[in-house]
Amino acid sequence: MAEFEYLRPDDVSGAVATVTADPDAAFLAGGTTQLDLMLKDRIIAPTTLVDITRLPLHGITGGSDRIRVGALTTMEELAADERVVLHAPFIREALLLGASTQLRNMATIGGNILQRTRCRYFRDPMVAACNKREPGSGCAAVTGAARMHAILGAGPNCIALHASDVCVPLMALDTVVQIQGADGERSVPLAEFYTLPGDRPDIENVLRHGEIVTAIDIPLLPAGMNSGYLKVRDRVSYEFALTSAAAAVWVVDGRIADVRIALGGVGTIPWRAPEAEQSLRGQRAGTRAFRAAAEAAIHDTFTVPGTQFKVELVKRTLVRILQTVSGVTS
Amino acid sequence: MVRAATKLGSVTEGTVILTVNGVQREVFVDNQTTLLDLLRDHLDLTGTKKGCDQGACGACTVHVDGKRIVSCLALARQYDGRDVTTIEGVAAEGELHPVQEAFVRHDGLQCGFCTPGQIMSAISLLEEGRASTDEDIREFMSGNLCRCGTYPNIVAAIRECADRDGDR
Ligand SMILES: Cc1cc2nc3c(=O)[nH]c(=O)nc-3n(C[C@H](O)[C@H](O)[C@H](O)COP(=O)(O)OP(=O)(O)OC[C@H]3O[C@@H](n4cnc5c(N)ncnc54)[C@H](O)[C@@H]3O)c2cc1C
Ligand code: SF4
Ligand code: FES
Ligand code: FES
Repeated sequence: MAEFEYLRPDDVSGAVATVTADPDAAFLAGGTTQLDLMLKDRIIAPTTLVDITRLPLHGITGGSDRIRVGALTTMEELAADERVVLHAPFIREALLLGASTQLRNMATIGGNILQRTRCRYFRDPMVAACNKREPGSGCAAVTGAARMHAILGAGPNCIALHASDVCVPLMALDTVVQIQGADGERSVPLAEFYTLPGDRPDIENVLRHGEIVTAIDIPLLPAGMNSGYLKVRDRVSYEFALTSAAAAVWVVDGRIADVRIALGGVGTIPWRAPEAEQSLRGQRAGTRAFRAAAEAAIHDTFTVPGTQFKVELVKRTLVRILQTVSGVTS
Repeated sequence: MVRAATKLGSVTEGTVILTVNGVQREVFVDNQTTLLDLLRDHLDLTGTKKGCDQGACGACTVHVDGKRIVSCLALARQYDGRDVTTIEGVAAEGELHPVQEAFVRHDGLQCGFCTPGQIMSAISLLEEGRASTDEDIREFMSGNLCRCGTYPNIVAAIRECADRDGDR
């Protein structure tokens, strides 16, 4: 097994400086993705691991309209936050439907938004063709057995899924990522944080090497807006999504006054669905409008035989969650 | 900044000082060593099992500072200074922990390989207050797999503990 140095910097700027200066260094948070890829799958081999878990990036601040979540806050901690429970319960639902309690006690929010794909070809060093690991080598999944893969934002170069659950409601809420680099701080909306694979599937987001995510800012839902997260999977619990949908709806006198929608299990990045939102605004809440919204959301798909089923499944997932959060099932 | 302790000029190993089952232990490990391997290979605490070694089965569940984690995806060096409890630490003075007793009474095991992890997880689940329905027990125990399929008996054992504690 490849050896590496282990460092535990005293402050954020020290961590940033260390990784920025060394192209073979990487941050270590909860480790549930990073150590899996290094020690178990052995597809990455940083020569220095910079442990950031003791940096002061823990905890949640803010009020009922907006919270700032430190990057090292664990999934369990965020799920238990009272503001989340009251003002954005679909964040809690998405968190608790992901991984297991043990993993959620370890996994951080910063690590969650930066988790790597579960594509099994990506995670198998015996597979040569993977553009994400080795740009230009091809894509084994497109011709192989795909199932847990993306249909939106995908193309012949890569169909790897961004498998995070919590990123789906975070996307619907216009979350903003706070970043610190060697040259200072910047904020990037989560909607602009991820990059589509295109012809460079190895590049997944706008983070530069050495930049650290310090926090995410989440605008919470206004009173009256109901939210929910529906996750469809191959087994009842402890499994990644085949498809999922996060929706928040405000129904006034039977009409949809405001709505937020994002989809999971289908995108190479967590997928906001603005066309679906647009098609619903002002409409009478009901299955006919929900189905029209689902049709509007899903376009320009790229499917392979193993992922074709997701086109219809994700539409039904969205219709179902809209029925649930609006209380209108007909 | 804590640099890895140097031994023979190398920085790829170092000392971890942690409390395991109430006793402070000092262990010299390679940086790659997981908490699971530290417990099993360095401290001979083999009650904690290695199933998948990849975060998926829960056989390696231990408590760190009172919370359950999977020790196979935990880097030992990262747990320097922390308080770890393993299955060897739950029974006080030769008396079984109530959850262990309930597992025995309800036959919550067959081959027993997953059992230490199941029990560590079940103890946490009860402390987390997540045993109020059978559905919740199943959901919040789902990180612990059992190849022998003893799930109904495990749920029964946990239900009995929750009932006795007045959790439901
Ligand atoms: C068996 C299993 C099942 C799972 N099931 C689910 C599921 O159902 N749903 C779901 O959403 N997720 C699931 N996950 C994924 C899990 O949520 C992620 O692995 C976890 O959130 C990653 O967080 P971490 O703190 O462990 O990150 P790490 O593994 O420490 O880091 C992940 C990556 O992010 C980088 N990084 C971490 N923090 C920062 C930071 N602050 N700034 C810059 N870079 C950083 C690291 O360098 C690394 O590249 C599962 C994982 C496992 C192992
Ligand atoms: S889908 Fe992407 S990650 Fe998976 S094998 Fe193809 S290129 Fe690699
Ligand atoms: S051995 Fe750790 S989860 Fe399976
Ligand atoms: S008792 Fe055999 S694996 Fe659970």
